Amino acid sequence: MGALMREDAMVPEAEFRSYYGQPVIKAPVWHEPHMPVYLYLGGLSGAASVMAALAGLTGRDRLALTARVTAAVGATIGAGFLTAELGRPERFLNMLRVFKPTSPMSMGSWILTAHSGLTTIAAASAVAAALPAATSKITTTLPAASAITALLPAAGDAAVLATAVTGSLMATYTAVLLADTAVPAWHEAHRELPFLFAGSALASAGAAGMLATPRVEAGPARAVAALGAVMETTAGAVMERRLGLVGEPYQLGRAGRLMRAARVLTAGGGLLATVAGRSRTLTALSGLALTAGSLCVRFGALEAGRLSAADPKYTVVPQRQRLEAGKPASVPAQP
Amino acid sequence: MAERMGFFTDTSICIGCKACEVACKEWNDVPDDGFVFRATSYDNTGSLGANTWRHVAFIEQQRPVRQAGGQSQGQAGSQDQSQEQAGHGQVSSQGQGQDQSQEQAGQGQAGQVSGQGQGQADGPGPDSIERWLMSSDVCKHCTHAACLDVCPTGALFRTEFGTVVVQEDICNGCGYCVPACPYGVIDRRERDGRAWKCTMCYDRQLGGLEPACAKACPTDSIQFGPLDELRLRAEERVERLHEEGRPEARLYGASPDDGVGGDGAFFLLLDEPEVYGLPPDPVVTTRDLPTMWRWAGGAAVSLVGAMAVSFVAESIVEKVTGRAGARGSHRGSVREALRTIDRGQSGHGAVVREALKMVDRGRTGTRGSHRGWGR
Repeated sequence: MGALMREDAMVPEAEFRSYYGQPVIKAPVWHEPHMPVYLYLGGLSGAASVMAALAGLTGRDRLALTARVTAAVGATIGAGFLTAELGRPERFLNMLRVFKPTSPMSMGSWILTAHSGLTTIAAASAVAAALPAATSKITTTLPAASAITALLPAAGDAAVLATAVTGSLMATYTAVLLADTAVPAWHEAHRELPFLFAGSALASAGAAGMLATPRVEAGPARAVAALGAVMETTAGAVMERRLGLVGEPYQLGRAGRLMRAARVLTAGGGLLATVAGRSRTLTALSGLALTAGSLCVRFGALEAGRLSAADPKYTVVPQRQRLEAGKPASVPAQP
Repeated sequence: MAERMGFFTDTSICIGCKACEVACKEWNDVPDDGFVFRATSYDNTGSLGANTWRHVAFIEQQRPVRQAGGQSQGQAGSQDQSQEQAGHGQVSSQGQGQDQSQEQAGQGQAGQVSGQGQGQADGPGPDSIERWLMSSDVCKHCTHAACLDVCPTGALFRTEFGTVVVQEDICNGCGYCVPACPYGVIDRRERDGRAWKCTMCYDRQLGGLEPACAKACPTDSIQFGPLDELRLRAEERVERLHEEGRPEARLYGASPDDGVGGDGAFFLLLDEPEVYGLPPDPVVTTRDLPTMWRWAGGAAVSLVGAMAVSFVAESIVEKVTGRAGARGSHRGSVREALRTIDRGQSGHGAVVREALKMVDRGRTGTRGSHRGWGR
């Protein structure tokens, strides 16, 4: 905290001109809790699917089951939040009208579609394997389903390997989604945001693994949670240090409170994960702290973006400095 | 493609009548935007948005009268002046020479339009005179349009006139174009859920007519035509204004080398762009998209790496502490047996499942095993 206040004092008061103090750019219209919760669930689902793949490859069936179910549930509920966020939810399928590499949201829609489909197959096969009695009941009452259940284990294993790819993208594309805007606090953070979100995703998936797996099998989940906490904390610190004036919104007001809470919760949760061992209380505390920290980062990032857009200072001052340094932006028109 | 069409808005002859705003609303059936008196100036609409496709910015400036020796007199004046100088001193630590001389040679600058919007309450001091700046702002129809680039549905498209238009029957209101626009033009109309902005009267252009705002403009401050012609005309106009002793006149958005590849709707301004609420050096956000994906790719690989490290480290720990055997061999083989039996007859599954649990218990010892977690 002390260090933070010192940093604040070191940022010189920026003088600039504006139109009656009005914003130059529009603030993001995305709502709470939809957008930040989607960011959290997408990250959770993405990292959990990678965890499921590795748990499967190393023969940790119980952790694999947890991770597969977490990945599927996260992706499905996340997609629900994303659809509810649309101004015209009934047109959500228009997202798949085009495949557009210049739009991170288009790429994200395709990634989410593939990822949620694959994680659902992976989770279905894992659940079927874990509940053989129920599965056999279905196949006896519905003989046609037996062909599907016979295929499920192989399909599930293939799907979970594929989700390792879609999952790692799921957990990081949302950083590009935010960065690819005119919002200075997001755009200028395009180096650190992916690592912030990847770390946050790792921490949240590790937390889910710790909370919903027998402790003896949750060892890797604890390690994932701790590493994720380290990555998230480091990326956040580097980001605020490098951005200077543009990064100020991450330290101010509600956004600042959320980001500081995230840092405390994540660092604390990560530390606890390393010492939790077989203690149920410590495991639960650590898992909950990491989950809360991961949520706080997403809410904080959205709020910082809003703040960054609402104050013309963050738009005008860096652009003015660029001009006065004789380095105007240039993206020439194609001849 | 037909010739690229555009707007040249010459703010030096804008009289702030807002006929363009009205004509735009009438023709395009744009809903009202609240009828709010903003109490800052004669500006009613504030900014461009979903329901304001032409916005007349209105800036009331008080600038000091320069006495012999260039010193300003009067309280309001000197305050403005010092504010202005402080402002430029902070922002332009390097290379402000040109800026400075321009100001001194020209009209000087009114400083009351500060970041906090302060100073508006001050009336013109006894030795300051007023200047009104008026400018009809509009969508810039960028050469490199960020809204168009990031639209995930293809609702935004480039017309045969080189303009950027939203297809209202496609837009699903994702809202991504809104923060992507470097000018803060496009916005989501919350009561209908879709994104809206100026179409440069696409329908009128298809019918061979000029856009409603340009048609209604009584002073031809808004000029419509082929972009190349407009650019030439604008250059001539700026030169003429300079010759007439108005060196503060400058073009905004006319250069095809700027951060958005040039605007389809560009302006002649009489002060810095930010005074009109325009970004001084806008850049299309997708310029940095390849870099962004590279960093995200690095983060994705790091995520998988961190995950792999966690599993490998844990396996090593297990090997050292001798716990791996139980889980790795016994549990795996028992589970395999379980699957085999399940495929055959369901009754035996329960028995083996119990055996599996016993294997787990054996591995974990007695501590805590009675407390659940399915063990």
